[in-house]
Amino acid sequence: MNAIVCVKQVPDTEAPVKVQEGKLVLAGMPTMVNVFDEYAIEEALLWREKLGGKVTALSMGPAEAIEALKKALAMGVDEAILLSDPAFEGADAWSTAYTLAQAIRKIGTYDLILFGKQSTDGSTGIVGPAVARFLGLPALTYVFKVRALDPAAKKITVERLLEGRREVVESALPAVVTVVKDINQPRYPTLLGIRKAARTPIPTWGASDLVAAGADPAGFGLEGSPSRVERVEYPPARAGKVELITGETPEEVAALLAERLLSLKVL
Amino acid sequence: MTLQKHDPEAYRGVWVWVEEEGGRAHPVSWELLGQARKMAQTLETPVSAVVMGSGVEALAGQAIAYGADTVYLADEATLGTFRLEPYAALLVKLVQEHRPEILLLGATTRGRDLAAAVAAELGTGLAADCTGLEVEPGTRILRATRPALGGNVLSTVVIPRHRPQVASVRPRVFELPAPDPARSGQVVRVPAVLPEEAIPTRVLEVVREEGGVNLTEARVIVSGGRGVGSAEGFRPLQELADLLGGAVGASRSAVDQGWISYPHQVGQTGVTVRPDLYIACGISGAIQHVAGMRTSRYIVAINKDPEAPIFQIADYGVVGDLKAIVPALTRALREKMGK
Repeated sequence: MNAIVCVKQVPDTEAPVKVQEGKLVLAGMPTMVNVFDEYAIEEALLWREKLGGKVTALSMGPAEAIEALKKALAMGVDEAILLSDPAFEGADAWSTAYTLAQAIRKIGTYDLILFGKQSTDGSTGIVGPAVARFLGLPALTYVFKVRALDPAAKKITVERLLEGRREVVESALPAVVTVVKDINQPRYPTLLGIRKAARTPIPTWGASDLVAAGADPAGFGLEGSPSRVERVEYPPARAGKVELITGETPEEVAALLAERLLSLKVL
Repeated sequence: MTLQKHDPEAYRGVWVWVEEEGGRAHPVSWELLGQARKMAQTLETPVSAVVMGSGVEALAGQAIAYGADTVYLADEATLGTFRLEPYAALLVKLVQEHRPEILLLGATTRGRDLAAAVAAELGTGLAADCTGLEVEPGTRILRATRPALGGNVLSTVVIPRHRPQVASVRPRVFELPAPDPARSGQVVRVPAVLPEEAIPTRVLEVVREEGGVNLTEARVIVSGGRGVGSAEGFRPLQELADLLGGAVGASRSAVDQGWISYPHQVGQTGVTVRPDLYIACGISGAIQHVAGMRTSRYIVAINKDPEAPIFQIADYGVVGDLKAIVPALTRALREKMGK
């Protein structure tokens, strides 16, 4: 069972966000591995433990993206590849998916390509299914359980978490799988794992490596991105101030609150 | 597939994908048809709907009543339960043939996937999970606003040189329009693109969740956090939600404690909701939770701690013990609503 896990280094979700002149100020923001990607790494490792094979972590981004790959290595993936090149800068979700798909094609052998269901920064959920489309593979998204995985028979059965329902789907392999949070419990890197990660070389692939493998550079970076972020701003504050409901007893408070709620005409 | 710039002048019309589930349309599809009508009026262009499924003919008529001038109807067994591959293949083909300038989909789990697959294949841009859409009459550019970084910022996204401009839009952003059964329109039947043997997936089973928690469509959400204290502690919240025809949500810490399952989680690593009324019980209001519910129409906070940040975004607040307040509120509402 050979798996490729795509991971992203994102701004720390606890860090305050700064906007200046219609742009996000990312410089100096602490970063972390996208939470959902840790579940994708864990799922790949669990299946490798059962079936054998190799897990490769892949990340595209600036030099900091190497941190996500080091964490993946420390958790136990076998290899890691960084996609980094000034030519990739400013990529939107389309261009990111295109570039990742070209790298995956260059890696060549895989049964599964795993992603977190979305990143916590852009949160678009586009990249997983778009990579599947570029590679002509089925996309199994919002997966919370992989019921069965049989690379020899080229078959996978998963449970997907949708709105108010769960769907059991059988699919051909290779396939793209994006995972939700409760699929497993990601392991903590061990000391041994961290040492191994420090020793493992992480090759960097740039635009020329992908072009040599058949990619069209017109799909890279800002120039290759069909969408543009025109402006970033803080969301408008919620109007008004809280009205505190007080009373002598819970019953009195509840009666007053009930009246207010009914007057809103939404019940 | 590579990225080609398209000639925007060759693309006209606003399209909406109508999402079908169990014979009915997802309400977001009609919300989007209402918004498409308004944008089409600005652009002086027609509105079309795409209906795919099996036994979905009735939805074509409804789509016309909700604002479509033309409905492309694909009614075949292979389209019976949504599967990304056959749906994307057909939608891509229709877009390539008819060249709409704007394509709107609901940002449901299905709509998000379909939008991503179609935009990838067409080599065009996608604004995902939008909470606002505007069109500029002269340039015919769609300006889509969407939250990013856990709702801490709003981005305005444009797709200047590629068509169609694709956007997935969150449920309950736009108002549900009133259908007009007297509207007339044209239904164009189209065949599916992929035969069954070319589809790599099979849906074996669809399991409804107990209680069927569907937070994104709920008009009322009663949500519990650490202050709820236990799994049993959610029972009074469920009773209040049942009385109001709503759903039960939860903060991440309540889910992490194992008191309630992950599908109930609201926030940055759960679902984003925008109900008419959000009652936050024993939820402190961490930034990651607020990210998922701050656009609720009205917010009520019940919390012991008067300093809890949730009070900063609430419309009504009660400083007190939710274990006493919530059952009392249920009784008071039951009495006043005559139930």
